[in-house]
Amino acid sequence: MYVAVKGGERAILNSYRMLDAYRRGDAQVPELTLAQIRQQMPLAVSRVMAEGALYDPQLAALAIKQAAGDVIEAVFLLRAYRSTLPRFGYTQPVDTARMRLSRRISSTFKDVPGGQILGPTYDYTQRLLDFSLEAESEAAEPLPPAAEPLPASMPRVTDLLQHDDLIDQEAVPPGDPAPFDLTRQPLAFPAGRDARLQNLARADEGFLLSMGYSTQRGYGNTHPFAAEIRYGSLEVDMFIEELGFAVTVGEIELTECQMVSQFAGSAHEAPKFTRGYGLTFGYGERKAMSMALVDRALKAHELGEAGDAPANDHEFVLYHSDNVEASGFVQHLKLPHYVDFQANLELLRRLRQEQAAARAPAAAAAATPAAPTAAPSAAPAAIADEALSS
Amino acid sequence: MNSAQATVARDDHYNFAYLDESTKRMLRRALLKAVAIPGYQVPFGSREMPLPYGWGTGGIQVTAAIIGQADVLKVIDQGSDDTTNAINIRRFFGRVTGVRTTESTREATIVQTRHRIPETPLREGQIMVYQVPIPEPLRWLEPSETETRTMHALAEYGGMHVKLYEDIAQHGHIATTYDYPVIVNGRYMMRPSPIPKFDNPKLDGNPALMLFGAGREKRVYAVPPYTRVKSLDFEDHPFRVEQWDHCCELCGSDQSYLDEIILDDQGTRRFVCSDTEYCAGRQAAGHTGAAGAEAAA
Amino acid sequence: MNNQALLSVRDMTCTWDGVHGCRDISFDLHPGEVLCVVGESGSGKSTLLQAVSWQARPESGSVWYDTRDRGFVDLASLSSAHLRLLARTDWGFVRQNARDGLRMQVSAGANIAERLMAVGQRHYGDLRRVAGNWLQKMEIDTGRLDDQPAAFSGGMQQRLQIARNLVTHPRMVFMDEPTASLDVSVQARLLDLLRQLVADLKLAAIVVTHDLAVARLLAHRTLVMRGGRVVESGLTDQILDDPQHPYTQLLVSSILQS
Repeated sequence: MYVAVKGGERAILNSYRMLDAYRRGDAQVPELTLAQIRQQMPLAVSRVMAEGALYDPQLAALAIKQAAGDVIEAVFLLRAYRSTLPRFGYTQPVDTARMRLSRRISSTFKDVPGGQILGPTYDYTQRLLDFSLEAESEAAEPLPPAAEPLPASMPRVTDLLQHDDLIDQEAVPPGDPAPFDLTRQPLAFPAGRDARLQNLARADEGFLLSMGYSTQRGYGNTHPFAAEIRYGSLEVDMFIEELGFAVTVGEIELTECQMVSQFAGSAHEAPKFTRGYGLTFGYGERKAMSMALVDRALKAHELGEAGDAPANDHEFVLYHSDNVEASGFVQHLKLPHYVDFQANLELLRRLRQEQAAARAPAAAAAATPAAPTAAPSAAPAAIADEALSS
Repeated sequence: MNSAQATVARDDHYNFAYLDESTKRMLRRALLKAVAIPGYQVPFGSREMPLPYGWGTGGIQVTAAIIGQADVLKVIDQGSDDTTNAINIRRFFGRVTGVRTTESTREATIVQTRHRIPETPLREGQIMVYQVPIPEPLRWLEPSETETRTMHALAEYGGMHVKLYEDIAQHGHIATTYDYPVIVNGRYMMRPSPIPKFDNPKLDGNPALMLFGAGREKRVYAVPPYTRVKSLDFEDHPFRVEQWDHCCELCGSDQSYLDEIILDDQGTRRFVCSDTEYCAGRQAAGHTGAAGAEAAA
Repeated sequence: MNNQALLSVRDMTCTWDGVHGCRDISFDLHPGEVLCVVGESGSGKSTLLQAVSWQARPESGSVWYDTRDRGFVDLASLSSAHLRLLARTDWGFVRQNARDGLRMQVSAGANIAERLMAVGQRHYGDLRRVAGNWLQKMEIDTGRLDDQPAAFSGGMQQRLQIARNLVTHPRMVFMDEPTASLDVSVQARLLDLLRQLVADLKLAAIVVTHDLAVARLLAHRTLVMRGGRVVESGLTDQILDDPQHPYTQLLVSSILQS
């Protein structure tokens, strides 16, 4: 006799305990500390802050620990936490020209004012597994300071190009309207550049990477150059009404990428370089570069280009860029769907019955010539509700 | 059946119902607009919630916006109070509101549901909150949001009937069995969420307020009480609901939507009510099905 | 403004980049009249068609249409809702490539019946019957009612596209090179069919083509375009038999030679 199964709640509570054990692993092994994650996995922390859209390395480290290293899960934790935080106001826009630089390179010029500063990067390493890392090492000597400090002035390469009127102006729109706020309003189309950049700033790095890559391989046609990539720290200021002046509320790390591409001018305008812009919390060059490529690709229509590649399609890119949304919807397929499945089963059985019934008299009458039967035309095995497209 | 009290203690770290008050106000404004325009999808600034998108964040945000201390909350998934998703959401609201929860459809003031409408008829004053994955009925026909909004504005719904025509031409029947599109109040085409078409008739003229929330897609819509909801069909191929050759094994009901349970690897099957509370109630009242008769024999 | 006209175009200019397109176009189209717009590629004839059907917005000039419900109106004054309704009920637009004007994933019957469903027809049996009648009219085997257009030949697809456009009995049809993608032998059959349909249904039509033979067969009047402008216009027979403009003379003489 069938007895309905109960006890779902207890099963869930047990699954929590099993998850805790899975995350902790072997209790003999020392537990991860947040300080270790912050210090020794800073690139993971950067990514979680960028896609979590929340600058807080401590919370990002906590999320990574709680998520057992699953970056997208950690991003989700941070976003959900963000929803609970009250909004006090908006900071002043940051001026990346004033960044305290750890790294700054340009591939458009051999040398630039201020120089090419390599900084800490994997770019020039050989990717050979370093087995010395298997053991803990002695604390290294701190790096000695450089012979000279970095130049005080490190103008952005794009500002230099703008000085010569070679690059499209990114002029402030008349009236300097407040930007769209993606954290408060749903995305609507047509989407302005402010909404697009906000969407891309928190977009999944893998998705943007693939989209950017596609533009380099012929799905889109931007011929980009990396005018400048900067990584460093910036103070963030906020204007306090009650005081009547701005105060510094903190310092954050940022990575910025400015791409330039050629534009073929028109009857009214001489040709200029066009821009793609990428900006991300923490240290994330791959993300910033991918973002810049996609930003430029999304401008295709505005610039009068054909723009029929996937990376040019605003709705395609901006609706599928968020890994919290994507992960949720893909993984929701694990939830029970048996009621809807039952509905399909019932119809499928009925259709098969009808087909069989229609064939049976026809078979019986096969010996004698019969009038054509009115069986429905060949039914495909799968009933797909969403099969039709124009 | 038990009308359980909240099984989880209220966590004071969070605002009542988790969302801050201005977010709740924003949601309620969107809901009022939705009620004023039955079936029309109202965009809203969806927030990330502690459950993933796809797990009912839209329904959760709607419930969070409307729930008050005096409310009694029932949460079901696939018709049952005991499925993992329903339990998870019920625990969440217990934790952030301390509101009384129940398994009884009659006692509830708010019923949040995924994929079913309860068999027990709803009454005036109750609110059903539906979890919606894809709110746009024309999405299969037109991927562009800009274009579908225009189609709704101009009531350009011909393309939807093309699909139904095609189903009949190919299969002899309309092949949509759940999330079956409807016209609300004679004007807007709407997806009622993935409830089986069996439940569509319950929407028509229902005395309860129906609210629909799609968190990931950031839309809410509504069917006010006593509103006309008509399932799409043709005059000569009228809308029909599912039927089974069986009754519920446990309570004998031949009126309710049945789940199919596979018992062994010979393919032995049993059919039981999807609405577990309804079924338990019937059994408590003395009704039995074949399974009960077996046990008695 | 000629009030007996179905469509009146006055001094219309429409370019897609400020330079290329059509300029200073003026003509009238009367009910049941077929007008051919002839020219080589780049002459601006396709832009003209886009502009008079309001798919591209003219920069200057006006297009007036005699609507069923509001009389003679300037298309610029109509709401987009009204324009879309007009395009779906009172107008047809036949594209050069049938695939662009059909739903390829849906049966022939659904393709034809769609406009009827769009205006509220809800009887499956009737829809099917009407679709079947149209297949017959277009000389397609009615047994193919449930087949998808992908299974049809190019000529059949084009006939299907035409049926799809005519099912709501529009009064005016725009056709953009309706036979250009077809084999010569198939072209002749289709032109014949079109000529019959236009006469039977009293359709007004504007047909864009580079082929003077199409004009000869279908059109009462013809406009000859070159470099975005109309260089000659008049009765088709007159233009083809006694062309006045040097360019028209060149066009006509090149057919005779080939």
